[in-house]
Amino acid sequence: MAPAIQAENLVKTFGDVRALDGVSLDVPEGTVLGLLGPNGAGKTTTVRVLTTLLRPDSGRAVVAGVDVLKNPNQVRSLIGLSGQYAAVDEYLTGFENLTMVGELYQMSTRAAKARALELLEWFNLTEAKDRTAKTYSGGMRRRLDLAAALVVRPPVMFLDEPTTGLDPRNRLALWEVIETLVEQGTTLLLTTQYLEEADRLAHDIAVVDHGKVIARGTADQLKAQIGGERIEVVVHEPGRIADAVAAMSGYALSEPSVEKNTRRITLPISGGARVLADAIRELDARGIEIDDIGLRRPTLDDVFLTLTGHVAEQQDEEGGADAKARGKGKGRPGGADGVEGQDKQAVTAGKER
Amino acid sequence: MSTATEHAIGGAMPRQRRGLSAAMHDSWVVAKRNLRRMTRIPEIVVFGLMQPVMFVLLFSYVMGGAIKIPGADSSSHTYIQYLMAGIFAQTVTFATAGASAGIAEDMTKGLVDRFRSLPMARSAVLVGRTLADLVQTGFIVIVLGLVALLVGWRIHDGLLNGLAAFGLLLLFGYAFSWIGALIGLSVRSPEAATSAGLIWLFPLTFVSNAFVPVSSMPGWLQAVAYWNPFSATVQACRRLFGNQVGPVDSAWPMQHAALVSVLWSVVITAVFSWLAVRKYRSATA
Repeated sequence: MAPAIQAENLVKTFGDVRALDGVSLDVPEGTVLGLLGPNGAGKTTTVRVLTTLLRPDSGRAVVAGVDVLKNPNQVRSLIGLSGQYAAVDEYLTGFENLTMVGELYQMSTRAAKARALELLEWFNLTEAKDRTAKTYSGGMRRRLDLAAALVVRPPVMFLDEPTTGLDPRNRLALWEVIETLVEQGTTLLLTTQYLEEADRLAHDIAVVDHGKVIARGTADQLKAQIGGERIEVVVHEPGRIADAVAAMSGYALSEPSVEKNTRRITLPISGGARVLADAIRELDARGIEIDDIGLRRPTLDDVFLTLTGHVAEQQDEEGGADAKARGKGKGRPGGADGVEGQDKQAVTAGKER
Repeated sequence: MSTATEHAIGGAMPRQRRGLSAAMHDSWVVAKRNLRRMTRIPEIVVFGLMQPVMFVLLFSYVMGGAIKIPGADSSSHTYIQYLMAGIFAQTVTFATAGASAGIAEDMTKGLVDRFRSLPMARSAVLVGRTLADLVQTGFIVIVLGLVALLVGWRIHDGLLNGLAAFGLLLLFGYAFSWIGALIGLSVRSPEAATSAGLIWLFPLTFVSNAFVPVSSMPGWLQAVAYWNPFSATVQACRRLFGNQVGPVDSAWPMQHAALVSVLWSVVITAVFSWLAVRKYRSATA
């Protein structure tokens, strides 16, 4: 089956910043691709190109079988977009907002109104439908924005950081809505900085950094790529660290690492819970008291850190957080022009917003 | 990809509109939205009205006695006749700032992105905005006219000519709202748009025949003032209202003021609507 979203070698420069440096991706119909990356990596720029908002300098994109550059207006009638900001008119009521969007999707006024009521019901906004969006909470506005993207039941949807800034309860509610959409067959491209979000919603993940896709796979594949499981033990008495290492060394695949300050020993293993149980018995037999022990598998956080050389930074209003995150980047080539690089990234982040 | 297409059509039955009819439909939807906003934020209309009303009162009562209009006695009653065409013209051009601020706000709030991702005419957001602004301007002009009647201003040359003058004013205001649209798309924040939309209007409206006779200005400035599109509109309205005191200045644009005013309006609308829609197509917040 042809992919519902396909991008080939997208390049977009802003001044001398290469926001997209050859992004290629494809999303099979009915699946979710999570686009993961730090601020300024090119996630939003990619979405803007695929949703016809921005023309790339070069490259090709096809959405729902339609060429994005050749027939942008046809693409627009097949997609729904919900952006980083809740793009609703705050002086219109929820009902008026959705009706307007329906009419602009070229529905008849009557059909647009009926659809608006249906969506308000689904998104639990029926009671607030005749209040201006100004009076809505952040979560309600975000739901209204998502509803606006769903007016024509588009086969392909783009969600650009749909839950950024939402509290956990609202985030969970939005995730459930998104899962329902996917069950109904919608193809979805989702950008996020929340690894948990990608882990839960996305079938496939593409990690983007510096305008390039640097890794691609399922969450499990990506985790497997960076290594297996390990046991972490915190020993109660500093004096018994060496004993503990000796007790468990038989299970270690490679040299255990020890952090003296925190009395933490990390032991790469294979064999999972069975080995963990053995290790506990061994420590117990030697009378070594432990404060904490557990089996750790790599998280998407680890994947992210390993691949991009820096942690996923929390969204910040300014480009500053992004520049800082870059500053922490380890082993980046061309460290000498680090300062200039930071400025460029800040510019990119600004463009994206 | 037929499945995808069926999915969309099965859900929503989008109607097929093309060309001009699509553009008109979409513009109307956006205009409706902007008119609704105006009823929700009446402050905008109220403050839009306060400024010209204040100008009428200040100019006629404070400065009117001191400003000499050639060929007329200098009573304030005469000055208000002279003044009103200028105040009306200034009021309609101030709609520019409203368009700038409104569009800049839509940009920063992400609404322009939303509109640009919808299968709607590329001109509709701006046409809808400028049409709604025209309605607002018309309302303000009517209220302002009533206030002016209270302080002694009169239309002396028949209702038909008076209406023609209002027509010229609205056309002129509409042309200027396209300049405002372009400014709104070009600056990065609504705050900047408000001042950027307003600041150049002061020299434009004051280096003109709106408040004082051009003959009182230095020679080089007179040439600028006579060819100022604003002066032509003021002069044309002054005559149509029957408010002309003394002879019309002999400069060509003043002698053919109505024609010059319409030409300016048409040219400004054509040039700036083209520029603004072009800018909108690639607008980035």
